[in-house]
Amino acid sequence: MAAKDLRIELRSRIVLNQVVPFALVVLVMFGFALDDDAVLSRVAPGLIWLATMFSLLIVVQRAFAVETADGALDALQVAGVRPSGIFLGKTAALVVQLIVLQIVAVALAVLLYQPASGSTGERLRLDLPGLALLAVTLLAATCGLAFVGTIYGGLAAGATGRETLLPLLLLPVAAPVLIGATRATQASLHVGGTSMREGWAWVALLVTFATVFGIGGSLAFGSLMDDQ
Amino acid sequence: MQTTFVAICYVATFGGIGLLTAAMMRRARQLADKVPPEDRPWT
Amino acid sequence: MSRSVSGGPTSTTFSRALGLATLIGLIWFVAFGLFFSPDDEVQGKGVRILYIHVPTAWLAYLAFLVTAAASAAYMWKRTRSLTWDRIAGASAEVGVLFMGITLLTGSLWGRLSWGTYWVWDSRVTTTTFLFITYVGYLAVRNLGGSHHQRAKRSAIIALLAVLEIPLVHFSVTWWRPLHQGESVASGKLSGLMLFSFFVGMIVFTMLYVWLVLHRQRMLAMEDALDDRGLEDALAARRSEAIDAGATR
Repeated sequence: MAAKDLRIELRSRIVLNQVVPFALVVLVMFGFALDDDAVLSRVAPGLIWLATMFSLLIVVQRAFAVETADGALDALQVAGVRPSGIFLGKTAALVVQLIVLQIVAVALAVLLYQPASGSTGERLRLDLPGLALLAVTLLAATCGLAFVGTIYGGLAAGATGRETLLPLLLLPVAAPVLIGATRATQASLHVGGTSMREGWAWVALLVTFATVFGIGGSLAFGSLMDDQ
Repeated sequence: MQTTFVAICYVATFGGIGLLTAAMMRRARQLADKVPPEDRPWT
Repeated sequence: MSRSVSGGPTSTTFSRALGLATLIGLIWFVAFGLFFSPDDEVQGKGVRILYIHVPTAWLAYLAFLVTAAASAAYMWKRTRSLTWDRIAGASAEVGVLFMGITLLTGSLWGRLSWGTYWVWDSRVTTTTFLFITYVGYLAVRNLGGSHHQRAKRSAIIALLAVLEIPLVHFSVTWWRPLHQGESVASGKLSGLMLFSFFVGMIVFTMLYVWLVLHRQRMLAMEDALDDRGLEDALAARRSEAIDAGATR
Protein backbone atom coordinates (compact mmCIF):
# COMPACT_ATOMS: atom_id res chain seq x y z
CA MET A 1 0.00 0.00 0.00
CA ALA A 2 2.70 2.38 1.02
CA ALA A 3 4.84 1.25 -1.87
CA LYS A 4 2.04 2.03 -4.31
CA ASP A 5 1.62 5.56 -3.00
CA LEU A 6 5.35 6.15 -3.02
CA ARG A 7 5.65 4.86 -6.54
CA ILE A 8 2.98 7.30 -7.68
CA GLU A 9 4.83 10.03 -5.88
CA LEU A 10 8.17 9.15 -7.43
CA ARG A 11 6.64 9.19 -10.86
CA SER A 12 4.91 12.52 -10.46
CA ARG A 13 7.29 14.18 -8.01
CA ILE A 14 4.48 16.41 -6.80
CA VAL A 15 5.95 16.69 -3.36
CA LEU A 16 9.32 17.66 -4.68
CA ASN A 17 8.05 19.91 -7.42
CA GLN A 18 5.19 21.62 -5.67
CA VAL A 19 4.98 21.09 -1.95
CA VAL A 20 8.60 21.81 -1.07
CA PRO A 21 8.52 25.05 -3.06
CA PHE A 22 5.25 25.84 -1.30
CA ALA A 23 7.00 25.43 2.03
CA LEU A 24 9.74 27.72 0.81
CA VAL A 25 7.13 30.28 -0.24
CA VAL A 26 5.48 30.09 3.16
CA LEU A 27 8.78 30.58 4.96
CA VAL A 28 9.58 33.59 2.79
CA MET A 29 6.09 35.00 3.33
CA PHE A 30 6.66 34.81 7.05
CA GLY A 31 9.75 36.91 6.47
CA PHE A 32 7.69 39.57 4.71
CA ALA A 33 4.89 39.53 7.23
CA LEU A 34 7.05 39.46 10.33
CA ASP A 35 9.35 42.14 8.98
CA ASP A 36 11.83 42.04 11.87
CA ASP A 37 15.02 40.01 11.95
CA ALA A 38 15.08 39.75 15.72
CA VAL A 39 11.51 38.48 15.83
CA LEU A 40 12.16 36.02 13.03
CA SER A 41 15.19 34.54 14.69
CA ARG A 42 13.24 34.15 17.90
CA VAL A 43 10.19 32.47 16.38
CA ALA A 44 12.04 30.43 13.77
CA PRO A 45 11.33 27.03 15.37
CA GLY A 46 7.62 27.79 15.45
CA LEU A 47 7.61 28.96 11.86
CA ILE A 48 9.17 25.71 10.70
CA TRP A 49 6.25 23.80 12.14
CA LEU A 50 3.65 26.24 10.91
CA ALA A 51 5.00 25.83 7.41
CA THR A 52 4.90 22.08 7.94
CA MET A 53 1.27 22.16 9.02
CA PHE A 54 0.19 24.16 5.99
CA SER A 55 2.12 21.86 3.72
CA LEU A 56 0.54 18.90 5.48
CA LEU A 57 -2.87 20.04 4.29
CA ILE A 58 -1.75 19.96 0.69
CA VAL A 59 0.06 16.66 0.96
CA VAL A 60 -2.92 14.98 2.62
CA GLN A 61 -5.40 16.26 0.10
CA ARG A 62 -3.16 15.05 -2.67
CA ALA A 63 -2.82 11.64 -1.04
CA PHE A 64 -6.57 11.18 -1.07
CA ALA A 65 -7.25 12.83 -4.40
CA VAL A 66 -5.12 10.11 -5.91
CA GLU A 67 -7.43 7.49 -4.43
CA THR A 68 -10.82 8.96 -5.15
CA ALA A 69 -9.84 9.74 -8.73
CA ASP A 70 -10.19 6.12 -9.68
CA GLY A 71 -12.06 4.63 -6.77
CA ALA A 72 -8.98 2.78 -5.72
CA LEU A 73 -9.94 2.72 -2.06
CA ASP A 74 -13.20 0.93 -2.77
CA ALA A 75 -11.42 -1.54 -4.96
CA LEU A 76 -8.96 -2.32 -2.20
CA GLN A 77 -11.72 -2.85 0.32
CA VAL A 78 -13.62 -5.15 -2.00
CA ALA A 79 -10.39 -7.03 -2.55
CA GLY A 80 -10.40 -7.73 1.18
CA VAL A 81 -7.59 -5.51 2.39
CA ARG A 82 -8.16 -4.69 6.03
CA PRO A 83 -8.92 -1.02 6.69
CA SER A 84 -6.21 -0.75 9.30
CA GLY A 85 -3.79 -1.98 6.67
CA ILE A 86 -4.90 0.72 4.27
CA PHE A 87 -4.58 3.23 7.08
CA LEU A 88 -1.04 2.23 8.01
CA GLY A 89 0.01 2.05 4.41
CA LYS A 90 -1.20 5.53 3.57
CA THR A 91 0.33 6.83 6.75
CA ALA A 92 3.71 5.32 5.97
CA ALA A 93 3.74 6.96 2.55
CA LEU A 94 2.82 10.27 4.17
CA VAL A 95 5.61 9.94 6.71
CA VAL A 96 8.21 9.48 4.01
CA GLN A 97 6.96 12.47 2.04
CA LEU A 98 6.73 14.64 5.14
CA ILE A 99 10.19 13.78 6.41
CA VAL A 100 11.68 14.89 3.11
CA LEU A 101 9.69 18.10 3.40
CA GLN A 102 10.75 18.65 6.99
CA ILE A 103 14.43 18.27 6.43
CA VAL A 104 14.27 20.85 3.70
CA ALA A 105 12.12 23.15 5.81
CA VAL A 106 14.47 23.00 8.79
CA ALA A 107 17.48 23.69 6.62
CA LEU A 108 15.72 26.61 4.92
CA ALA A 109 14.55 28.10 8.19
CA VAL A 110 17.99 27.95 9.71
CA LEU A 111 19.29 29.69 6.62
CA LEU A 112 16.59 32.32 6.31
CA TYR A 113 15.96 33.17 9.93
CA GLN A 114 19.21 32.36 11.76
CA PRO A 115 17.48 31.23 14.92
CA ALA A 116 18.67 32.81 18.14
CA SER A 117 17.48 33.12 21.70
CA GLY A 118 15.31 36.10 22.34
CA SER A 119 16.59 36.93 25.79
CA THR A 120 20.29 36.51 25.23
CA GLY A 121 20.63 36.95 21.48
CA GLU A 122 22.67 33.76 21.51
CA ARG A 123 22.93 32.10 18.14
CA LEU A 124 21.78 28.53 17.64
CA ARG A 125 24.24 25.82 18.54
CA LEU A 126 24.44 22.54 16.69
CA ASP A 127 25.74 19.62 18.67
CA LEU A 128 25.25 15.90 18.65
CA PRO A 129 22.71 15.59 21.49
CA GLY A 130 20.75 18.47 19.98
CA LEU A 131 20.75 16.89 16.56
CA ALA A 132 19.66 13.61 18.06
CA LEU A 133 16.77 15.37 19.74
CA LEU A 134 15.93 17.11 16.50
CA ALA A 135 15.90 13.88 14.56
CA VAL A 136 13.65 12.14 17.06
CA THR A 137 11.39 15.18 17.18
CA LEU A 138 11.05 15.17 13.42
CA LEU A 139 10.21 11.51 13.41
CA ALA A 140 7.71 11.59 16.27
CA ALA A 141 5.97 14.74 15.09
CA THR A 142 5.79 13.52 11.52
CA CYS A 143 4.27 10.21 12.53
CA GLY A 144 1.66 12.02 14.60
CA LEU A 145 0.85 14.42 11.78
CA ALA A 146 0.69 11.60 9.28
CA PHE A 147 -1.73 9.63 11.45
CA VAL A 148 -4.16 12.50 11.97
CA GLY A 149 -3.68 13.60 8.39
CA THR A 150 -4.76 10.20 7.13
CA ILE A 151 -7.74 10.04 9.48
CA TYR A 152 -9.17 13.43 8.69
CA GLY A 153 -8.03 13.28 5.09
CA GLY A 154 -10.05 10.13 4.69
CA LEU A 155 -13.06 11.89 6.16
CA ALA A 156 -12.73 14.98 4.04
CA ALA A 157 -12.00 13.19 0.79
CA GLY A 158 -14.60 12.63 -1.83
CA ALA A 159 -17.63 14.76 -2.54
CA THR A 160 -17.17 18.48 -3.04
CA GLY A 161 -17.85 20.65 -0.06
CA ARG A 162 -15.84 18.26 2.02
CA GLU A 163 -12.26 19.13 1.17
CA THR A 164 -12.59 22.60 2.65
CA LEU A 165 -13.42 20.94 5.91
CA LEU A 166 -9.95 19.45 6.16
CA PRO A 167 -8.12 22.54 7.47
CA LEU A 168 -10.84 23.26 10.03
CA LEU A 169 -10.70 19.72 11.37
CA LEU A 170 -7.04 18.91 11.00
CA LEU A 171 -5.24 22.03 12.22
CA PRO A 172 -6.83 22.15 15.68
CA VAL A 173 -6.20 18.46 16.19
CA ALA A 174 -2.56 18.96 15.26
CA ALA A 175 -2.17 21.76 17.81
CA PRO A 176 -0.37 19.62 20.41
CA VAL A 177 2.15 18.64 17.76
CA LEU A 178 2.69 22.28 16.88
CA ILE A 179 3.28 23.20 20.49
CA GLY A 180 5.44 20.20 21.34
CA ALA A 181 7.51 20.15 18.18
CA THR A 182 8.26 23.86 18.41
CA ARG A 183 9.49 23.55 21.97
CA ALA A 184 11.51 20.45 21.23
CA THR A 185 13.06 22.10 18.19
CA GLN A 186 14.01 25.10 20.30
CA ALA A 187 15.68 22.81 22.76
CA SER A 188 17.53 20.90 20.05
CA LEU A 189 18.96 24.11 18.58
CA HIS A 190 19.74 25.45 22.03
CA VAL A 191 17.66 28.58 21.58
CA GLY A 192 14.60 29.98 23.27
CA GLY A 193 15.47 28.95 26.80
CA THR A 194 14.08 25.45 26.50
CA SER A 195 16.36 22.92 28.14
CA MET A 196 17.25 19.57 26.61
CA ARG A 197 15.38 17.78 29.33
CA GLU A 198 12.25 19.75 28.55
CA GLY A 199 12.83 19.00 24.92
CA TRP A 200 12.79 15.29 25.56
CA ALA A 201 9.66 15.67 27.70
CA TRP A 202 7.96 17.30 24.76
CA VAL A 203 9.12 14.43 22.58
CA ALA A 204 7.38 12.10 25.01
CA LEU A 205 4.20 14.07 24.40
CA LEU A 206 4.69 13.80 20.65
CA VAL A 207 5.16 10.06 20.92
CA THR A 208 2.02 9.79 23.05
CA PHE A 209 0.12 11.79 20.47
CA ALA A 210 1.35 9.56 17.66
CA THR A 211 0.49 6.41 19.59
CA VAL A 212 -3.01 7.59 20.48
CA PHE A 213 -3.87 8.53 16.95
CA GLY A 214 -2.07 5.60 15.45
CA ILE A 215 -4.26 3.22 17.42
CA GLY A 216 -7.39 5.38 17.18
CA GLY A 217 -6.93 5.77 13.46
CA SER A 218 -6.45 2.08 12.81
CA LEU A 219 -9.71 1.39 14.61
CA ALA A 220 -11.73 4.21 13.12
CA PHE A 221 -10.48 4.12 9.54
CA GLY A 222 -12.69 1.24 8.51
CA SER A 223 -15.86 3.02 9.60
CA LEU A 224 -14.76 6.21 7.90
CA MET A 225 -14.13 4.45 4.63
CA ASP A 226 -17.46 2.70 4.69
CA ASP A 227 -19.48 5.72 3.76
CA GLN A 228 -17.47 7.21 0.94
CA MET B 1 -17.29 50.46 32.94
CA GLN B 2 -18.13 47.63 35.32
CA THR B 3 -21.84 48.27 35.05
CA THR B 4 -21.68 48.42 31.28
CA PHE B 5 -19.86 45.14 31.01
CA VAL B 6 -22.16 43.37 33.44
CA ALA B 7 -25.13 44.67 31.50
CA ILE B 8 -23.65 43.52 28.19
CA CYS B 9 -23.07 40.06 29.61
CA TYR B 10 -26.56 39.59 30.98
CA VAL B 11 -28.28 41.05 27.94
CA ALA B 12 -26.14 39.07 25.51
CA THR B 13 -26.56 35.83 27.43
CA PHE B 14 -30.28 35.87 28.01
CA GLY B 15 -31.11 37.79 24.89
CA GLY B 16 -29.08 35.38 22.84
CA ILE B 17 -30.58 32.30 24.46
CA GLY B 18 -34.06 33.81 24.16
CA LEU B 19 -33.67 34.60 20.46
CA LEU B 20 -32.29 31.17 19.65
CA THR B 21 -35.06 29.49 21.64
CA ALA B 22 -37.70 31.52 19.82
CA ALA B 23 -36.17 30.66 16.47
CA MET B 24 -36.08 26.99 17.43
CA MET B 25 -39.73 27.01 18.50
CA ARG B 26 -40.80 28.71 15.30
CA ARG B 27 -38.97 26.15 13.22
CA ALA B 28 -40.48 23.37 15.31
CA ARG B 29 -43.98 24.60 14.53
CA GLN B 30 -43.19 24.74 10.82
CA LEU B 31 -41.93 21.18 10.97
CA ALA B 32 -44.87 19.96 12.98
CA ASP B 33 -47.27 21.05 10.26
CA LYS B 34 -45.59 18.67 7.88
CA VAL B 35 -44.94 15.76 10.19
CA PRO B 36 -47.86 13.54 11.24
CA PRO B 37 -48.27 12.61 14.90
CA GLU B 38 -47.08 9.02 14.55
CA ASP B 39 -43.61 10.33 13.76
CA ARG B 40 -43.60 12.07 17.10
CA PRO B 41 -43.38 9.33 19.70
CA TRP B 42 -43.18 11.72 22.61
CA THR B 43 -46.75 13.02 22.24
CA MET C 1 -53.48 19.91 13.32
CA SER C 2 -53.98 20.26 17.04
CA ARG C 3 -51.79 22.65 18.91
CA SER C 4 -51.23 22.36 22.62
CA VAL C 5 -52.42 25.30 24.65
CA SER C 6 -49.04 26.10 26.12
CA GLY C 7 -45.80 24.97 24.58
CA GLY C 8 -45.33 23.78 21.03
CA PRO C 9 -45.21 20.61 19.03
CA THR C 10 -42.14 19.35 20.82
CA SER C 11 -43.63 19.77 24.28
CA THR C 12 -44.67 17.13 26.72
CA THR C 13 -45.98 17.54 30.25
CA PHE C 14 -42.51 16.97 31.60
CA SER C 15 -40.84 19.49 29.32
CA ARG C 16 -43.52 22.05 30.02
CA ALA C 17 -42.99 21.64 33.75
CA LEU C 18 -39.25 21.83 33.30
CA GLY C 19 -39.59 24.91 31.14
CA LEU C 20 -41.71 26.67 33.71
CA ALA C 21 -39.33 25.78 36.51
CA THR C 22 -36.42 27.00 34.42
CA LEU C 23 -38.11 30.29 33.71
CA ILE C 24 -38.85 30.89 37.37
CA GLY C 25 -35.29 29.90 38.21
CA LEU C 26 -33.94 32.34 35.64
CA ILE C 27 -35.90 35.22 37.11
CA TRP C 28 -34.67 34.30 40.56
CA PHE C 29 -31.14 34.04 39.25
CA VAL C 30 -31.20 37.45 37.62
CA ALA C 31 -32.74 38.96 40.75
CA PHE C 32 -29.99 37.58 42.93
CA GLY C 33 -27.21 37.93 40.44
CA LEU C 34 -27.89 41.52 39.56
CA PHE C 35 -29.57 42.93 42.65
CA PHE C 36 -29.66 40.99 45.88
CA SER C 37 -26.09 39.77 45.97
CA PRO C 38 -23.44 42.22 47.12
CA ASP C 39 -20.54 43.62 45.19
CA ASP C 40 -17.25 41.88 45.73
CA GLU C 41 -14.61 43.59 47.88
CA VAL C 42 -11.96 43.27 45.20
CA GLN C 43 -13.83 42.91 41.95
CA GLY C 44 -16.79 45.16 42.61
CA LYS C 45 -19.66 44.55 40.25
CA GLY C 46 -17.48 42.40 38.00
CA VAL C 47 -18.18 39.32 40.07
CA ARG C 48 -21.73 39.27 38.71
CA ILE C 49 -20.34 38.26 35.37
CA LEU C 50 -18.90 35.18 36.98
CA TYR C 51 -22.36 34.04 38.01
CA ILE C 52 -22.96 33.45 34.33
CA HIS C 53 -19.44 32.59 33.27
CA VAL C 54 -18.76 29.75 35.69
CA PRO C 55 -21.99 27.78 35.14
CA THR C 56 -21.89 28.13 31.36
CA ALA C 57 -18.29 26.91 31.34
CA TRP C 58 -19.16 23.80 33.36
CA LEU C 59 -22.18 23.14 31.22
CA ALA C 60 -20.29 23.54 27.99
CA TYR C 61 -17.90 20.85 29.17
CA LEU C 62 -20.81 18.70 30.32
CA ALA C 63 -22.45 19.12 26.93
CA PHE C 64 -19.29 17.91 25.29
CA LEU C 65 -19.21 14.85 27.53
CA VAL C 66 -22.85 14.13 26.69
CA THR C 67 -22.06 14.37 22.99
CA ALA C 68 -19.18 11.97 23.43
CA ALA C 69 -21.21 9.53 25.51
CA ALA C 70 -24.14 9.63 23.10
CA SER C 71 -21.73 9.07 20.22
CA ALA C 72 -20.32 6.03 21.99
CA ALA C 73 -23.85 4.77 22.61
CA TYR C 74 -24.57 5.06 18.92
CA MET C 75 -21.40 3.26 17.87
CA TRP C 76 -22.00 0.33 20.22
CA LYS C 77 -24.11 -2.06 18.20
CA ARG C 78 -26.38 -3.11 20.99
CA THR C 79 -27.58 0.41 21.70
CA ARG C 80 -27.39 1.78 18.18
CA SER C 81 -30.22 4.20 17.59
CA LEU C 82 -30.52 7.48 15.77
CA THR C 83 -31.90 9.02 18.95
CA TRP C 84 -28.39 8.89 20.41
CA ASP C 85 -27.08 10.59 17.33
CA ARG C 86 -29.63 13.35 17.65
CA ILE C 87 -28.90 13.81 21.33
CA ALA C 88 -25.22 14.11 20.44
CA GLY C 89 -26.01 16.76 17.84
CA ALA C 90 -28.39 18.71 20.05
CA SER C 91 -25.98 18.67 22.95
CA ALA C 92 -23.18 19.90 20.71
CA GLU C 93 -25.28 22.82 19.48
CA VAL C 94 -26.23 23.88 22.98
CA GLY C 95 -22.62 23.33 23.99
CA VAL C 96 -21.38 25.69 21.31
CA LEU C 97 -23.89 28.28 22.48
CA PHE C 98 -22.81 27.97 26.11
CA MET C 99 -19.17 27.94 25.19
CA GLY C 100 -19.61 31.12 23.19
CA ILE C 101 -21.21 32.73 26.21
CA THR C 102 -18.35 31.46 28.37
CA LEU C 103 -15.74 32.99 26.11
CA LEU C 104 -17.58 36.31 25.82
CA THR C 105 -18.27 36.70 29.52
CA GLY C 106 -14.78 35.50 30.36
CA SER C 107 -13.23 38.05 28.06
CA LEU C 108 -15.23 40.92 29.49
CA TRP C 109 -14.56 39.79 33.05
CA GLY C 110 -10.88 39.52 32.21
CA ARG C 111 -10.85 43.08 30.96
CA LEU C 112 -12.35 44.20 34.27
CA SER C 113 -10.14 42.09 36.50
CA TRP C 114 -6.81 41.80 34.73
CA GLY C 115 -7.01 44.62 32.25
CA THR C 116 -6.87 42.44 29.14
CA TYR C 117 -9.58 40.96 26.95
CA TRP C 118 -7.49 37.88 26.30
CA VAL C 119 -4.79 35.85 28.00
CA TRP C 120 -2.93 32.87 26.61
CA ASP C 121 -3.18 30.64 29.64
CA SER C 122 -4.05 26.98 29.69
CA ARG C 123 -7.69 27.32 30.67
CA VAL C 124 -8.66 29.93 28.12
CA THR C 125 -6.71 28.22 25.37
CA THR C 126 -8.18 24.79 26.06
CA THR C 127 -11.69 26.23 26.15
CA THR C 128 -11.14 27.99 22.86
CA PHE C 129 -9.78 24.81 21.39
CA LEU C 130 -12.88 22.92 22.52
CA PHE C 131 -15.05 25.59 20.93
CA ILE C 132 -13.28 25.19 17.59
CA THR C 133 -13.58 21.42 17.84
CA TYR C 134 -17.33 21.69 18.40
CA VAL C 135 -17.72 23.95 15.40
CA GLY C 136 -15.85 21.39 13.33
CA TYR C 137 -18.10 18.65 14.67
CA LEU C 138 -21.23 20.59 13.70
CA ALA C 139 -19.79 21.16 10.24
CA VAL C 140 -19.27 17.42 9.84
CA ARG C 141 -22.88 16.80 10.84
CA ASN C 142 -24.02 18.84 7.88
CA LEU C 143 -22.06 16.90 5.27
CA GLY C 144 -25.15 15.14 4.01
CA GLY C 145 -25.77 11.53 3.23
CA SER C 146 -28.09 9.15 5.00
CA HIS C 147 -28.94 9.62 8.67
CA HIS C 148 -26.83 6.67 9.66
CA GLN C 149 -23.88 7.88 7.61
CA ARG C 150 -24.12 11.21 9.36
CA ALA C 151 -24.41 9.50 12.71
CA LYS C 152 -21.42 7.24 12.20
CA ARG C 153 -19.22 9.98 10.82
CA SER C 154 -20.07 12.44 13.60
CA ALA C 155 -19.70 9.81 16.27
CA ILE C 156 -16.18 9.03 15.13
CA ILE C 157 -15.28 12.71 15.09
CA ALA C 158 -16.69 13.15 18.58
CA LEU C 159 -14.81 10.14 19.93
CA LEU C 160 -11.56 11.28 18.31
CA ALA C 161 -12.13 14.63 19.98
CA VAL C 162 -12.36 12.83 23.32
CA LEU C 163 -8.89 11.45 22.62
CA GLU C 164 -7.59 14.86 21.60
CA ILE C 165 -8.81 16.92 24.51
CA PRO C 166 -6.50 15.45 27.16
CA LEU C 167 -3.57 15.77 24.76
CA VAL C 168 -4.41 19.39 24.10
CA HIS C 169 -4.98 20.05 27.78
CA PHE C 170 -1.60 18.65 28.75
CA SER C 171 0.35 20.31 26.00
CA VAL C 172 -1.28 23.68 26.62
CA THR C 173 -0.82 23.40 30.39
CA TRP C 174 2.89 22.67 30.03
CA TRP C 175 3.09 25.42 27.46
CA ARG C 176 1.45 28.13 29.51
CA PRO C 177 0.92 27.23 33.15
CA LEU C 178 -1.87 28.98 34.98
CA HIS C 179 -0.58 32.15 36.56
CA GLN C 180 -1.21 32.52 40.25
CA GLY C 181 -3.13 35.74 40.19
CA GLU C 182 -5.68 34.44 37.77
CA SER C 183 -7.60 31.93 39.82
CA VAL C 184 -11.30 32.54 39.98
CA ALA C 185 -11.72 32.52 43.74
CA SER C 186 -10.29 35.87 44.70
CA GLY C 187 -10.87 36.52 48.34
CA LYS C 188 -13.83 35.48 50.39
CA LEU C 189 -17.20 34.70 48.92
CA SER C 190 -20.09 35.96 51.01
CA GLY C 191 -23.13 33.78 51.63
CA LEU C 192 -25.29 35.53 49.09
CA MET C 193 -22.59 35.30 46.45
CA LEU C 194 -22.21 31.58 47.00
CA PHE C 195 -25.96 31.30 46.77
CA SER C 196 -26.02 33.13 43.45
CA PHE C 197 -23.40 30.75 42.09
CA PHE C 198 -25.44 27.81 43.31
CA VAL C 199 -28.63 29.12 41.75
CA GLY C 200 -26.74 29.80 38.56
CA MET C 201 -25.45 26.23 38.33
CA ILE C 202 -28.91 24.76 38.85
CA VAL C 203 -30.73 27.13 36.53
CA PHE C 204 -28.28 26.79 33.67
CA THR C 205 -28.31 23.03 34.03
CA MET C 206 -32.10 23.00 33.76
CA LEU C 207 -31.84 25.30 30.79
CA TYR C 208 -29.37 22.94 29.14
CA VAL C 209 -31.62 19.92 29.63
CA TRP C 210 -34.67 21.78 28.36
CA LEU C 211 -32.85 23.05 25.27
CA VAL C 212 -31.37 19.66 24.40
CA LEU C 213 -34.73 17.95 24.90
CA HIS C 214 -36.52 20.27 22.50
CA ARG C 215 -33.71 20.45 19.99
CA GLN C 216 -33.41 16.67 19.92
CA ARG C 217 -37.12 16.31 19.21
CA MET C 218 -36.84 18.91 16.49
CA LEU C 219 -34.04 16.95 14.89
CA ALA C 220 -36.22 13.85 15.07
CA MET C 221 -38.94 15.68 13.15
CA GLU C 222 -36.44 16.90 10.57
CA ASP C 223 -35.18 13.37 10.07
CA ALA C 224 -38.75 12.09 9.79
CA LEU C 225 -39.48 14.78 7.23
CA ASP C 226 -36.40 13.74 5.25
CA ASP C 227 -37.57 10.15 5.28
CA ARG C 228 -41.06 11.13 4.19
CA GLY C 229 -39.68 13.36 1.51
CA LEU C 230 -37.71 10.43 0.19
CA GLU C 231 -40.72 8.13 0.30
CA ASP C 232 -42.91 10.70 -1.44
CA ALA C 233 -40.30 11.24 -4.13
CA LEU C 234 -40.04 7.52 -4.72
CA ALA C 235 -43.82 7.14 -4.78
CA ALA C 236 -44.15 10.03 -7.21
CA ARG C 237 -41.50 8.51 -9.43
CA ARG C 238 -43.30 5.20 -9.36
CA SER C 239 -46.69 6.67 -10.23
CA GLU C 240 -45.10 8.66 -13.05
CA ALA C 241 -43.71 5.45 -14.42
CA ILE C 242 -47.10 3.78 -14.12
CA ASP C 243 -48.85 6.69 -15.85
CA ALA C 244 -46.26 6.69 -18.58
CA GLY C 245 -46.84 3.00 -19.05
CA ALA C 246 -50.64 3.38 -19.01
CA THR C 247 -50.80 6.12 -21.64
CA ARG C 248 -48.63 4.26 -24.08
